[in-house]
Amino acid sequence: MSDADADGPTETVGEVRADGGSSDDSGGAFGSAIERGEDVPLLTGSGEYTDDISLRGTTHLAIRRSEHAHARIEGVDTSDAEAIDGVIAVFTGEDVVESGVPNTIPTAWDLPGLVQPQYRMLATDKVRHEGTAVAAVVAETRHAAHDAIEHVSVEYEPLEHVTDPVEAVERDVPPVHEEAEDNVAFDFELGDADATDEAFADADRVASVDLRQPRIIPNAMEPRAALADWEEATGKLRLWMTSQNPHLHRMLLSAGTLGLPENKIQVIAPEVGGGFGSKIYHYPDEAVTAWCSMQLGRPVKWQATRSESYLTDCHGRDHVTTGEIALDDDGTIRGVRVETHAGLGAQLSQFGTATPSYLYATVLSGQYTIPAIHCRVVGAFTNTTPVDAYRGAGRAEGIYVIERLVDVGARELEMDPAELRRRNLVQPDEFPYESAAALVYDSGEYERAMDLALEHVDYDALRERQRELRDEGRYLGIGIGNFIESAGLSPSGLAGDLGAQAGGWESSIVRFDSTGSVTVLAGTADQGQGHRTTYAQVAAEELGVSVDDVTVVEGDTDRIPQGMGTYGSRSASVGGGSIARGAREVREKARRIAAHQLEASVDDIEFDEGEFHVAGAPDRSLHIQTIAHEAYLGHDLPEGMDPGLEETNFYDPENFTYPFGTHVAVVEVEPETGEIEIERYVAVDDCGEIINPMIVEGQVHGGIAQGIGAALYEGAAYDDEGHLRTRRMDEYAVPHATQLPDFETDNTVTPSPHNPIGVKGVGESATIAATPTVVSAVADALEPFGVEHLDMPITPESVWRATEGDR
Amino acid sequence: MSEHSISVTVNGTQHELTVEPRTLLVSALRDELGYTGANVGCETGRCGACTVRENGETIKSCTRLAVQADGAEIETVEGLADDGDLSALQERFQEHHGLQCGYCTPGMLMSADTFLRENDDPSREEIREAIEGNLCRCTGYQNIVDAIEATADQLGEQR
Repeated sequence: MSDADADGPTETVGEVRADGGSSDDSGGAFGSAIERGEDVPLLTGSGEYTDDISLRGTTHLAIRRSEHAHARIEGVDTSDAEAIDGVIAVFTGEDVVESGVPNTIPTAWDLPGLVQPQYRMLATDKVRHEGTAVAAVVAETRHAAHDAIEHVSVEYEPLEHVTDPVEAVERDVPPVHEEAEDNVAFDFELGDADATDEAFADADRVASVDLRQPRIIPNAMEPRAALADWEEATGKLRLWMTSQNPHLHRMLLSAGTLGLPENKIQVIAPEVGGGFGSKIYHYPDEAVTAWCSMQLGRPVKWQATRSESYLTDCHGRDHVTTGEIALDDDGTIRGVRVETHAGLGAQLSQFGTATPSYLYATVLSGQYTIPAIHCRVVGAFTNTTPVDAYRGAGRAEGIYVIERLVDVGARELEMDPAELRRRNLVQPDEFPYESAAALVYDSGEYERAMDLALEHVDYDALRERQRELRDEGRYLGIGIGNFIESAGLSPSGLAGDLGAQAGGWESSIVRFDSTGSVTVLAGTADQGQGHRTTYAQVAAEELGVSVDDVTVVEGDTDRIPQGMGTYGSRSASVGGGSIARGAREVREKARRIAAHQLEASVDDIEFDEGEFHVAGAPDRSLHIQTIAHEAYLGHDLPEGMDPGLEETNFYDPENFTYPFGTHVAVVEVEPETGEIEIERYVAVDDCGEIINPMIVEGQVHGGIAQGIGAALYEGAAYDDEGHLRTRRMDEYAVPHATQLPDFETDNTVTPSPHNPIGVKGVGESATIAATPTVVSAVADALEPFGVEHLDMPITPESVWRATEGDR
Repeated sequence: MSEHSISVTVNGTQHELTVEPRTLLVSALRDELGYTGANVGCETGRCGACTVRENGETIKSCTRLAVQADGAEIETVEGLADDGDLSALQERFQEHHGLQCGYCTPGMLMSADTFLRENDDPSREEIREAIEGNLCRCTGYQNIVDAIEATADQLGEQR
């Protein structure tokens, strides 16, 4: 992906620091741990999530879902359901087809040779996974709607199913889609196969690992929901929904699904209760809600139950991988070879193709100089819930593979795993660094962050203690996770070259009003990240006003004309970058007004903490908020200047940003019971410049929790019938407060040279880091038992089984 | 379906309403009475987003029928602040960044508030046990524990 960086860095921001604190020494808004402006409504119960909103005459939608993993639909009888008191209408897939709307749930990322089967709002021919939407009931009350779906009678002819991505392509099973007889949606390759073969032939040693990365169910605390209101008179649809990207939802609903122009759709994301990827996607359910409102001319609300979330929210991961690493005896990594079967589920979700291909294979170089890399990914249809990006998306899976490989490589060489890592780190003077996996890393000080993390745990002393404890029959494990993340999705042209069907830019409007207060309209959409606070800090810093003077508005496509949304750790870097650039344009217009009114040349006007003054004459000054007033009065503006003080900005990043860091976990494993106790967890993250250290730390905490969850507790499973076994919160282990330790966090600060504010982003970093770190720690603890690797989730049972041979 | 008339007091205000026998307390609070602070996250009593207090005890209002609450005193997150002034616990949640998306927060606050009435000098381990029935997917819990601990310290100083 060198194209994106062909012009080189445009701006260098600051220098590397390892102070872990404020990244702005001037004491301004940027870099302060200020409290969040969004908290009070959420603390008092007045914040409005989608289900909290009701319109006059709101009706309720319930969706009948298939109980079969794979079956042909022979017939749907709705008459009993229609007879239920309070039922307004029952719709089937045929009804949607007959309505004449485009009726497709489009994918947003193409790949060479990709098989793209039909994906409709309600199934008509076959159901391809348990939970497929088959019929929709709209009733006066939620109870009546849920009662009635039980009375929709669907006749099925069950078919043989497959849930495992390897079996799907290797076993002779009926295809999920007729278009893909072998269940292969794509066969993707990245890197240089010949060079990699050569590196392996020449290397002193080869180590390998077979691993599975199980399905993760995102489990945002708020299940998905939608409230649609079709206004027949104007032909306009208003749709409140749990969206991470309302503009993307507007676009996908418009073009492929409902056949409405974008300007007749208003998507509103009110408070959104977590996402972690699951609320990026254009699902059938929200589209059906909108379609039902269009049929009935009444507001329709759909609120998923938690069971529906488990069955229909896109799952994450589902990789089966063989990885190999070629090494010289001195610890030089010569090459990495990876083959993965990635389960895509029964349908191609929006980014379901990008996640296991480009977002995965491109990070396989990790923090290391690896001359030869080759990766093949077979994307397989299975009779399961569609798989798409979950926090860390692709990068998490890739870093997991390279970090496991480095660990097994260290074991092969009998070298300390920290030392093997150190010998291969990309050095600071090698940036921009073009990896053999086709990325150009922007900046990094990998060894500095790793040293800091190892210092926090006093690594050498810890290894000594580990030896002593082993002599006493106690098993301490030290896990190290070095990571990079390709964040800040994404340079549009590059993304387009790779198959994206949408841009990667972000848009914002920065607007002064005549009283001197500022409104920032941002195209991203918060689900807990605190944008209203951090964006206000960015704008306040650029404009020299107080954070309290800035109001941030997100999540409404009628108020914010354009945007791409919040995913891929992009909001701080791409959204924040857009706001900073827009604010600078506003400031420059204000400077021209100041020069005019102070009767000085523009070049002589200096700007300091909101005040424009003439160089050398500090008493001749005007505050930017006064100029805002003047800009709207329009009485005395420079010749030819239009009134008003606002700018619309589109920011298309020139490259990804590359957050990085090192996490260290110290665990004690009790082989007799298989219990794993996390004694310490240290995270050193470098996310570039830090807008708000409190919020960065919060993102790291939450990310670690999800990474530990994947490593030790979570994981979806299907039974022999193709039914999801983990379909309730008492069957799927979202970590509780008692299952997690306190985390110790620190930062180094290596600004991104190409981002307008030097930030790299931090949304997914800690999840990417924590999973391999914890698995590494457990494997390290079990070294005396000859255990090199255990698949996730590492449960007491799996530990016990892995060690029982020695008893 | 038959309907029942019940009377519940919510945050000191008495309400008369008619519910189906199967109506959950959380639905009555949210849909009938407009107390939308308590959230529904799982409908199985696991996540705790719907936690409220009934006659002084925390309950998960998705596992309680509205008719069971006939005559009860219910307290919800909307009652924690006093005339717009946040309670000490709410303030500490903001100060320690004990919430991100906020969906679990009403339930978390009700569990923590009740716990602090019973244990005014808790250890961090006791705090973690006290909120074990409230799931949070955003924060990793540490800042929530910090906020509850800081509230206990503050209340201790005031005694």
